[in-house]
Amino acid sequence: MIEVCAVDDVPLGEGRAATVAQRRIAIFHADSGWYALEDGCPHLGGPLSDGILADHCVVCPLHDRRFDLASGEALTDGEGVTAHRVEVRGDRVCVELAPARALASAA
Amino acid sequence: MSSEGIAIVGGGIAGQSLCEAVIGRDPDARVTLVCAEEHLPYDRVRLSEILVSGEGPEGLQLRPEEWYADNRVEILSGRWVEALDAQRAELTLDGGERRSFASVALCTGSRPLMPPIPGLDLPGVVPFRGPEDCEMIRRAAGEGARVAVIGGGLLGLEAAYGVASRGCAVTVVHLMDRLMERQLDAGAAAMLQPAIEALGVEVLLERQTECVLGDERATGLRFAGGEELEADLIVVSIGITPEKALAQSAGLEVKRGIVVDDRLKTSADRVLAVGECAEHRGTVYGLVAPIYDQARVAAVTLTDAESDETYNGSLQWAKLKVMGVDLVSIGSAEGPQEAVTANAEGPLYRKLVLADGRAAGAVLLGDVRGTEALLDAIRCDDEVADPLERLAAAAAATAADLPDGAQICDCNGVCKGDLVAAVREQGAGSAREVMALTRAGTGCGSCKPMVKEVVAEATGGAAEEPAFLCPCKRQTREELARRIGEEGHTAVSDVTAACGTGRECGLCKPALAYLVSEVNDNRHREERSARYINDRVHANIQNDGTFSVVPRMYGGVTTPDQLRRIADAAERYEARMVKVTGGQRIDLLGVAKEDLPAIWRDIGMPSGHAYAKAIRTVKTCVGTDFCRFGIGDSIDLGVRMEREWEGLHTPAKVKSGVSGCPRNCAEATVKDIGAVAVEGGWQLRIAGAAGGTVREADVLATLETADELLRLATVFLQYYREHADHKERMYDFVPRIGLEEIRAVVTDERRSAELLERFRIAKAAAAAKDPWLERDEPYHPRQFEDLDGAGGRAMGELVGPPEDADEGAVPALVGPPEDGER
Repeated sequence: MIEVCAVDDVPLGEGRAATVAQRRIAIFHADSGWYALEDGCPHLGGPLSDGILADHCVVCPLHDRRFDLASGEALTDGEGVTAHRVEVRGDRVCVELAPARALASAA
Repeated sequence: MSSEGIAIVGGGIAGQSLCEAVIGRDPDARVTLVCAEEHLPYDRVRLSEILVSGEGPEGLQLRPEEWYADNRVEILSGRWVEALDAQRAELTLDGGERRSFASVALCTGSRPLMPPIPGLDLPGVVPFRGPEDCEMIRRAAGEGARVAVIGGGLLGLEAAYGVASRGCAVTVVHLMDRLMERQLDAGAAAMLQPAIEALGVEVLLERQTECVLGDERATGLRFAGGEELEADLIVVSIGITPEKALAQSAGLEVKRGIVVDDRLKTSADRVLAVGECAEHRGTVYGLVAPIYDQARVAAVTLTDAESDETYNGSLQWAKLKVMGVDLVSIGSAEGPQEAVTANAEGPLYRKLVLADGRAAGAVLLGDVRGTEALLDAIRCDDEVADPLERLAAAAAATAADLPDGAQICDCNGVCKGDLVAAVREQGAGSAREVMALTRAGTGCGSCKPMVKEVVAEATGGAAEEPAFLCPCKRQTREELARRIGEEGHTAVSDVTAACGTGRECGLCKPALAYLVSEVNDNRHREERSARYINDRVHANIQNDGTFSVVPRMYGGVTTPDQLRRIADAAERYEARMVKVTGGQRIDLLGVAKEDLPAIWRDIGMPSGHAYAKAIRTVKTCVGTDFCRFGIGDSIDLGVRMEREWEGLHTPAKVKSGVSGCPRNCAEATVKDIGAVAVEGGWQLRIAGAAGGTVREADVLATLETADELLRLATVFLQYYREHADHKERMYDFVPRIGLEEIRAVVTDERRSAELLERFRIAKAAAAAKDPWLERDEPYHPRQFEDLDGAGGRAMGELVGPPEDADEGAVPALVGPPEDGER
């Protein structure tokens, strides 16, 4: 587990980007909890951390592609993104990076 | 049907249509769809669109992924069938897995026919058949490339148009003496050729390609007789041939295609074939319309063993999808009796072919009105006494004249009767709902006007569109606005909790955010998480995740001091480009999000709102201040307009312009709101456009003074703010409401006074704070910052023992489990 930020660092309902172990990830503070996904949309690299959160999904700010916050699965067209495990320990938000390129959309 | 289910082999239009037809008849049917391609079934008929648009194949997808899950269709994409045991209806999939079914339907389609000429295997030669081909063509055919398209049929012309629209020099090479000889007679073909040439496509007829030139890669073509054509890319589109290898190796009867009977059964009782791979009564169909007919009957065969419904062949007809060339060909293009109206200037060519006094075919070029009516007449073998009169009547036909069987949407095979049933039986009240229910109009969209007409007729005239704010909430903007007002909701989360279906989607949140602010006259509770990133950081996100900064310059007027500050800031924060915009502003592009507060502080000018659905720019000419032709003070009026409206959010962006004389240098007649000085006063123009479409603004009124113009324009602006749908620009809003209706409202004394009063209240709250002042008072300490660098005491440091041993740390695993419901 790698510590990324404090719980106060991400406003409720929004996301922020972080670089962890040289990888760009997006940390989301949703109503239903904390999530982490690979930050770049597989379409054209849009920053998912800047997307709107709703209904357990994030919407890419560039072309409205939607991804499941928990699994990274694409709910619109195209590939999904890697999802990382998140834990809150006290007031700290920690992530465990999933192996790179392993897509969560194997289902 | 037995519990073993139905396997459909092939994920093209045939496979998908059959899948839908089966489920439509028996919602409990278990269908397995095997698609060799990685993507979900898509609309190949519209392939040339993605060549033109440069988008991925996703836009052509026939159904979203959820559809398959919702209908419990098992979809095996990227899988192919190695072998078929026809007697046992058993498939051997790649990798050796065997699955047996109650029935198997082969929808294997066709593959491009490649002529037997040397050199076709060279790099630089591609067929035009799938999205992969489009991708390859796009990569190879950059601007200025020379491209030869072999084949002047329907698909070849669509490919040629697609490539030409990418800026390539395209030559169509055709073996025959006229284009589209299978669908057209000589008269129509002669008119089609100049129309195609007008699109910048050269046409070479009667050329037999002997070989492809080139050693390492294709460099051109040589024709019989020795003539040569240089080309960087060669696209082959001479036709298709049924994909029948699987059927052949399974021992099924195969001629040109897989032979099927009138119930679409092959020579094996449990195996059917549908679409371009099938041969029915000696005919292999290569067009889309017959596929729907076949799929419908095949679905009956699959779900009802007792049925005696038969397929009796289809009328062949096609539509050319090339922008600017309207062409429809139905049935026979030539016959014993013909009536033609033609005008080479148009070009216009309309022909009705009769056989034994009955409608047998038609060709419509340049004016395709009446396609549905003629299709129906030909399909029904209508007796026609006076073909010329019939052609004219078809052109004038309205929705009411069409029989229920007339097909309206070709992409999805939807008839008029289906649309009417959606209104009468399923209770749909608007064209939008009908389109969602029937899928009519959701393909290429060319039938939408006819769908609207049919729906208007079925609903009893008024085609009033109850446009839902978002598909996730079956509530209109008006309903939601009323409830927000009456129930006193002041924030997006209140509205979703009280009015929503319990769900909210990322797409309608910004629409609700505007609605809540508008109904509450900007005295709402702001929830930034409901806003687009642009409205959270007050800058426009660019394709690389950086932002652009556009300071406000009222009326496009600036000063040396402002320019100096902008120049310094551009250098200091390393803006990647400084660009003058079409709205007379300066845009600093490529600014990092975290630099936004500092750059705004250094520039010291207010936000130009270039990132928001809001009042944008007012463009002005120099008017009476300097221009020797000016008759009105355009700069003064433009600056006043901009100051009056600044800071207000709107349903969609609002761009304005003021011209000091009818020469109209500020292009005010193509703005959302424009003012033009004329002799004796000012003309107020609204709803102009100069984007994807060009629309000349309507004259709302001519007024004596600038003050009167500003007042009336403000009243109209407020009316738009209160009544337009999310993202509905004025050029869509005004035609929807009607100019006369708008004029009646904004000139009504009482209503205009009320609108003006609400405008003032909203404006007072909006103008209270320039959003760029959030540089000093951010709504959150990390409004503009990501987590890098300042992410905690030991960013990136490993904390705690490995997770397995970590029970003592009270790890709260948050978020739903991975298979949690959505």
